[in-house]
Amino acid sequence: MRTYFKDIFSGVATTLIAMRITFRHLFTPAVTVQYPTVKWNLPDRARARLFNKIEDCIGCGQCARVCPTDCIDIETEKRAKDEPEIFASDGTPIKLRTYVFDIDMTKCCYCALCTFPCPTYCLVMTKEYEYSVYDKKDHVYHFAVDKPLYPKPVKEHAAPKA
Amino acid sequence: MESIRQLLASIPNYGALPELLRDFIPMLVSCVIILLYVAVLGMFLVWLERKVSAHMQDRLGPMYVGGWHGWAQSLADGIKLLLKEDIIPAAADPLLFKLAPIMVFVGAFAAFVVLPFGMASIVADLNIGVLYLLAVASLSVVGIIMGGWASNNKYALYGGMRSAAQIISYEIPAALALMTVVVQVGSLSMQDIVTAQQGGLHKWFIFRNPFTFVAFFIYFVCSLAEVNRTPFDIPEAESELVAGYHTEYSGMRFAFFMLAEYANMFVVAGIATTVFLGGWTQILPAALVPQLVPGPILFSLKTLFLVFVQIWLRWSLPRLRVDQLMYLCWKVMLPVSMVLILGVGFLAVYWK
Repeated sequence: MRTYFKDIFSGVATTLIAMRITFRHLFTPAVTVQYPTVKWNLPDRARARLFNKIEDCIGCGQCARVCPTDCIDIETEKRAKDEPEIFASDGTPIKLRTYVFDIDMTKCCYCALCTFPCPTYCLVMTKEYEYSVYDKKDHVYHFAVDKPLYPKPVKEHAAPKA
Repeated sequence: MESIRQLLASIPNYGALPELLRDFIPMLVSCVIILLYVAVLGMFLVWLERKVSAHMQDRLGPMYVGGWHGWAQSLADGIKLLLKEDIIPAAADPLLFKLAPIMVFVGAFAAFVVLPFGMASIVADLNIGVLYLLAVASLSVVGIIMGGWASNNKYALYGGMRSAAQIISYEIPAALALMTVVVQVGSLSMQDIVTAQQGGLHKWFIFRNPFTFVAFFIYFVCSLAEVNRTPFDIPEAESELVAGYHTEYSGMRFAFFMLAEYANMFVVAGIATTVFLGGWTQILPAALVPQLVPGPILFSLKTLFLVFVQIWLRWSLPRLRVDQLMYLCWKVMLPVSMVLILGVGFLAVYWK
């Protein structure tokens, strides 16, 4: 009989405790961030879309070599002796003409390994993270602006024997 | 309805209409008014529930639709449900399946007939009002078990069975708790019960004597069980039974179940307001403050407060087990309400 009344009492008491807790939370400010209108302040080292400042790029290809997913595609050719000498913003002479510098962001795994070996610091991770597109091809970013002066001979595939 | 009849009588040439029509039109008008009230109320309560639950969990809830705090979210959901495909499972019993949501809704809707919104704002002041309410409220059990059976789905059937067992058991202590007040008033009419509480806070039955004070809480807890709200939501236990008796329903039929659920919440809170919290009477006595707020608004506010407490409880408490549910009903609520009836009877006889 005693436990019966004790149970009733503890039932009522714990219900009141629960109601007090939820009532307190009713007035605590919500933690929700209203995303498209309100945006998060990303941390300084946030890693999102890659960006290459092509004027500074010397076309060394270290980024392409270190990339674990092979998302960077670089093609270069030697600049001719009679062309005017150009330098990157830190003074490194640019000996190669980079005519293809493509980054396929669908392959990128955001490890940022490519940004560390870059000798002129031209390849960086930006904080831009809203770049969804309707076509997968639009996720390949072309940074190169130069055209090749001496196009490489197109490799001929062995013609199927008749 | 009396006031609607008088309003209609002021229309010129209204008396020229045949007798049958003059009886029928006020009924139709009051039905339409209640139907609109229930529909708007249902949508408002769904929105309120979502907002309150969100804020209790430190979220925001719907924020976009309609501009201000997502007030039109339920409207958008309603339109979505209207446009959805109406699926009737191949193995279901089509007639019962179609009838069940209507049955549940009629049960909720019919209870509004005797809810006294104000001195003159009541559709029909039946002299057996409380009895009628108890009878009509249990009509929804028929619809629920009908839907559970007709769906031909084990989860739905489980939900329906649990709901029936729960509602039928909790009706007894709920009715006994209401009887404590009926004994004191000496009338089953809702308006008589309200007028007996006129004159301010201290005249309300919840504060009249200790027996009715406890009876209010007994009734409130039992009413939670009757409308399948947490902590008594085992018929809809979403973690065990998918969705309970309305698992197979979609589109507008589901919306009817939903609307009936929220209308039922308002009805049971309205009964508690009428019987224990003074219905449409003013909160403070006339000697202290001028009686400015109109009755229907006061009634709605008091009822909405109780609905808020229902929502509040839902997001505070975990679900009971089936055996705990039955323990609470038969071994706690029932004996206590029996004692209350005895005590009130004693008071009514010896201490007038």
